[in-house]
Amino acid sequence: MSYSLDFGWLEGAVGAIARGAAMTVLLIVVTTIAGTVISIAAAAGRRNGPKWLQRAITCYVEVIRNTPFLVQLFFIFFGLPSLGIRLDPIVAAILAMTLNMAAYTTEIVGAGLDAVPRGQREAAAALGLRPRQVFVKIVLPQALKVIFPALTSQIVIMMLESSVVSQIAVSELTYEADMLQARTFRPFETYFVVAMIYLGLSILLRRLLVGIGRRTLSAGVS
Amino acid sequence: MIEFTFWDIARNLIFATRWTVLLSIAAFAGGGIVGVAILLLRISKAKWARRFASGYIALFQGTPLLMQLFLMFFGLPMLGFRIEPWTAAVLGLTFFASAYLAEIWRSGVDALPRGQWDAGASLGLHYLQELRLIILPQAFAITRAPVVGFLVQLIKATALTSIIGFEELLRTSNAINNATFEPFTVYGLVALIFFVLCYPLTQYARSLEARAAAH
Repeated sequence: MSYSLDFGWLEGAVGAIARGAAMTVLLIVVTTIAGTVISIAAAAGRRNGPKWLQRAITCYVEVIRNTPFLVQLFFIFFGLPSLGIRLDPIVAAILAMTLNMAAYTTEIVGAGLDAVPRGQREAAAALGLRPRQVFVKIVLPQALKVIFPALTSQIVIMMLESSVVSQIAVSELTYEADMLQARTFRPFETYFVVAMIYLGLSILLRRLLVGIGRRTLSAGVS
Repeated sequence: MIEFTFWDIARNLIFATRWTVLLSIAAFAGGGIVGVAILLLRISKAKWARRFASGYIALFQGTPLLMQLFLMFFGLPMLGFRIEPWTAAVLGLTFFASAYLAEIWRSGVDALPRGQWDAGASLGLHYLQELRLIILPQAFAITRAPVVGFLVQLIKATALTSIIGFEELLRTSNAINNATFEPFTVYGLVALIFFVLCYPLTQYARSLEARAAAH
């Protein structure tokens, strides 16, 4: 019980922590963009695509949503090479994160698409817009506006969950923390500092997304 | 070298699943108890209590579960507790679950009409009786779907305890993989087992949701 906290190592660790945080940010930015695009396509395909495609998308969503992200990550990084697909850790991490997030956001985007009244589509078609224009210009902006809070939460959750990609040696924030605590023998202080950085990142990310959403989506609708 | 047949792998994994199930149950029960306590603080009349509960919830929802588990695993020994992976896993997941459950139940309490409180008060019930007899039963009832949904999250979250050394399904599979070099089969089976655990609950949550929407 004579343990005293020591943060003296922190000064020399700022660089490593900043590098790790930058990698975490990079991962979530790529995942957010790729995941959102995929989920829009998947949600639309699940509603208007051929039967086999609808079934395939449902399968994908259910499998991802009912298995742990860490298992998906291991399957992609360790399992796929036996099929001859060998991925760099960062690529594997981005692939796993994107596939994981897209499964959740497919459901979210789908709920948004369902929330847009039919009349909007009919009115747009009556004005002579082509089906694709109706979707991109009329339906999608309104759907995104409805689901924006849910989408934001999902992105923040994914950012927090990205800490487990340290397990395949992607040098993001948690990985840097693992390396630091092995060097300093100060695991509690190290993980405490890094947990607080995650907390700050999640608050910042949420603010940023809300700001982006306000600026782009309200203009897109009205 | 020992030869592992497919059956050996499957049997070992299914055997290890009981730890995943046990950990899920323990964390859900513990999270429920602590969650009710946090809920009571969150809806209390005292400002400090509401602040504390909000901060608690924000802290656990704003940091990665993996960090929470590490802090539990490395932090408790500093306070003089001897800690095994099992203890750290149960405690870590309990706190994690309590924050989410408290928040879900609070949304249930908020959804109740104001008149429920007033009616309770006019019947002469004091605060705790109101909570126990009127408010909480209804709040629990209308939040059943999200609670079951969270249980699925929690079962999946148990996989992270493999990282702090708790011998559940995923950690066992890592060991088996190291012996067999068949990651495709091993992790495929692990995913299948998790799916079998989670999918019925997901469907159940969906049916609860549909029933709630029909009312």
